[in-house]
Amino acid sequence: MQLSGMGIGALMGASVPVLGNAVPLEYLLEPRADAATKKKLADVALNAAKSKGASYTDVRIGRYLQQFLFTRENKVQNIVNAESYGVGIRVLANGTWGFSATSDVTPEGIARAAETAVAIAKANAKIQKEPVTLAPQKGVGDVTWKTPIKKNAFEIPVQEKIDLLMKVNGEAMKNGAAFVTSNLFFVNEQKYFASTDGSYIDQDVHRIWPTFTVTAVDRQAGGFKTRDALSSPMGMGYEYLDGAAAEKIPGPNGLVGYRNSYDMVEDAILAAKQAKEKLTAKSVQPGKYDLVLDPNHLGLTIHESVGHPTELDRVLGYEANYAGTSFATLDKWKTKNFNYGSKLVNIVADKTQPYTLGTVGYDDEGVPCKEWNLIKDGVLVNYQAIRDQASIIGEKESHGCCYADNWSSVQFQRMPNVSLRPGTEKRSVADMIKGVDKGIYIIGRGSYSIDQQRYNFQFGGQLFYEIKNGEIAGMLDDVAYQANTQEFWNSCAQLCDKDDYRTFGSFFDGKGQPSQVSAVSHGCPTTRFNGVNVINTGRKI
Amino acid sequence: MAILSKEEAKKIIDKVLSFSKADEMSVNLGGGRTGNIRYARNSVSTSGESNNLSLGITAVFGKRSGTATINEFDDASLEKTVRRAEEIARLAPENPEFVPALGPQQYVDTKSYVESTAKIDPAYRAQAAFDSIDLCNKKNLTAAGYLEDSAGFSAIGNSKGLFGYNPATSVDFSITVRTADGTGSGYAIRDVNDVSKLSTKSATDIAVQKALASTSARALEPGKYTVILEPAASVDLMQNMMRSIDARSADEGRSFLSKKGGGIRLGEKLYDERVTIYSDPTSADIPGSPYSGDGRPQEKIVWVDKGVVKNMTYSRFWAEKKGVKAVPPPSGFIMEGGTQSLADLIKSTEKGILVTRFWYIRFVDPQTLLYTGLTRDGTFYIENGQIKFPVKNFRFNESPVIMLNNLEAMGRPVRVSGNLIPPLKIRDFTFTSLSDAV
Repeated sequence: MQLSGMGIGALMGASVPVLGNAVPLEYLLEPRADAATKKKLADVALNAAKSKGASYTDVRIGRYLQQFLFTRENKVQNIVNAESYGVGIRVLANGTWGFSATSDVTPEGIARAAETAVAIAKANAKIQKEPVTLAPQKGVGDVTWKTPIKKNAFEIPVQEKIDLLMKVNGEAMKNGAAFVTSNLFFVNEQKYFASTDGSYIDQDVHRIWPTFTVTAVDRQAGGFKTRDALSSPMGMGYEYLDGAAAEKIPGPNGLVGYRNSYDMVEDAILAAKQAKEKLTAKSVQPGKYDLVLDPNHLGLTIHESVGHPTELDRVLGYEANYAGTSFATLDKWKTKNFNYGSKLVNIVADKTQPYTLGTVGYDDEGVPCKEWNLIKDGVLVNYQAIRDQASIIGEKESHGCCYADNWSSVQFQRMPNVSLRPGTEKRSVADMIKGVDKGIYIIGRGSYSIDQQRYNFQFGGQLFYEIKNGEIAGMLDDVAYQANTQEFWNSCAQLCDKDDYRTFGSFFDGKGQPSQVSAVSHGCPTTRFNGVNVINTGRKI
Repeated sequence: MAILSKEEAKKIIDKVLSFSKADEMSVNLGGGRTGNIRYARNSVSTSGESNNLSLGITAVFGKRSGTATINEFDDASLEKTVRRAEEIARLAPENPEFVPALGPQQYVDTKSYVESTAKIDPAYRAQAAFDSIDLCNKKNLTAAGYLEDSAGFSAIGNSKGLFGYNPATSVDFSITVRTADGTGSGYAIRDVNDVSKLSTKSATDIAVQKALASTSARALEPGKYTVILEPAASVDLMQNMMRSIDARSADEGRSFLSKKGGGIRLGEKLYDERVTIYSDPTSADIPGSPYSGDGRPQEKIVWVDKGVVKNMTYSRFWAEKKGVKAVPPPSGFIMEGGTQSLADLIKSTEKGILVTRFWYIRFVDPQTLLYTGLTRDGTFYIENGQIKFPVKNFRFNESPVIMLNNLEAMGRPVRVSGNLIPPLKIRDFTFTSLSDAV
């Protein structure tokens, strides 16, 4: 609910969502209020709302910190340190939700916001057709949770970060890049949640995303190609940038997969060489191919074709005017035999997996986080539901996947980590490629598009290698594959094992009106899909 | 009192500048009221309102700059924020592409503020939602819609004497109507500065008609088709193209406007000769901001004239390097069209597809501006000048550059997402697969 052009993002010229005020780094490291103070303030909200007639109230006192660095070639373009601090209060009155938020974090400001939330709930109750039913949630008392980071990114000197990015850019240029941009994103959410259920939850959540884009240009031919970083955003501290050798997974053709540690300089060198190679890569012959999809690519396909369609609010129609609805309807789920995919497909939702973006102790309505199955042996078995949806699918408790991107935003159902379990048979990427006669090995996140019910999708990638008779035959270009979600997952033919399992992540996943972002991870091993339709995207203008 | 008058805004900016110890200081002040109401399943799901007033201060020492923002306006807070911006600037690395702030500028008057919109309250929003929901309830259809309104101002000023002030109002409304069995879906979108020009009921009525008409869609083979793109369909492709006309990227050889062998395609005929695109902040239909974010005046600029690329956007740094005028990106654009209505375009079509809107549009190849996406919420087959039957949605892979070379006809331009775009009849539009989505 920002007026366009007036947010700090616009002021700083950044094209990413920046919430809050720009402040010096030192300021970010000073604590705002201790848990005891927050508990007192939270109680003000709970009592004020109750006295006005709320049957349930939750309050989130949030401090959201961001540090973003933007560079190109040998220049630092921008450094953003931002803080956003305030209180969001959600109430149930007359069976209807009401929400109000304020940056006035005083007992008076909080009481006023609580009263406004109740007034909005009562006003909307008059045209409400479906009273809200909340799944029960026992209060958890006074608890804390913290992302288990080793190095707080906000405590690392800015100069060290600039030095890293300048090295990344320098090495990319040395190895053939014409241009390079590189960025570091750090997020810290300090969230205090309290509810009339008797929960007082203090959480400290950290996320990190290093990334770059390398561009190679052939001016004579009038062509250019890019290669993006093969990093993943993670629920980790600055230690993700250590580039630990034990977390590297060597692949074919000198490729390197990164598990829970990233070597940004190494990847930039490879990227520059590969971007140059892309300039002369063979244009793909369209047709059916067996696809071997790297985790850094398949993660996005999982996100779009399994993550979003199993969001219960989409299934029910709450997102119909924006993101859309879902093909994975309640009717299909109720049959208990809807074949979402082949028997190899086991997809799990969780907010507990270490190092991932979705992992926290409790969600934004105070529900302890857990793991549950979405697709078991290929069959659709469950959705992603929060407290006011759980009863619709016969669940006795929420799945714990409610999230708001800021204290000023109302929390709603957001995607947990959604991951494909690795195969149980021992299998490496090399083993998998050996078995493919006519295929394409795809690495990295490229162009992506999917319809509003999540049937038809098209994905590109960063790197494409032709596979002929069990061997990599060279680089391809102009590749995109199109498929129907159910057909695609039913063509899933082979999985690599747990040693190849890695997570992909989306740092700024958008949903809702007004739009909110969230961060989510998707784990999977390299996976084979048979007979997928590949198109050629080359054009001349 | 979030909407400050010109005098009130100037007073705050002058006060901020009086505290400055920096070589240069620039100030952005903005605020207003914004509200929304969201509904789905014929019920209100969320609604809210917020007031906001915020100030951004950029301090400069040499080639180092730093920005700090605040939403408190007493003298002590203002001075504290000036010091904070100066502190950030001193710690910042030098920016080799630094350009000094502009001096005083002349800005045109735009008519972007309308009192009726500034008066919107929660009761208006509830009624607007009710008008839309009620229509659907009565026809056993399901409405999901969103209305967001804002009334605010922006002001800019700097230590070199520049000052600008612009009040603005806006309302955005979108509505999706679905049939109870989920086999039909229709859509309409509206944006206005003056809310008296908005009827959520009449917009919903169009979405209702499309929802009812789109049930039992038939599958056609993907391939190249003549299409009629309603402005709500073409707007995203057109906007994406207009955001890709940065001269620096073209000079660097990484744009669809880069020339083979080096150089840029300024002056080249790139589109059908009937294509003319310009921007004009004084337009009565799409009044824009009188200045860009960095204080450059917005003026009438012709981007494409009879198919020829006439202008590209330049940052001040790149314009200085190239010795040309620094033309800022426009806030909205106007594509010239014809006099025909959408119905006329349909009537003149032997065989074709009518497209209500596109969805999930993503870049496939920045070199050719190739995009992919899908049709959504009302796609119909036309034969012998008449809509014959609804068709299943298609995925497209198409470039707006190729599309604007395959132009058959254009209708009367209408406002969509802050631009004026005619309905377009395009031949050989490339659909690459079918979608089962409704």
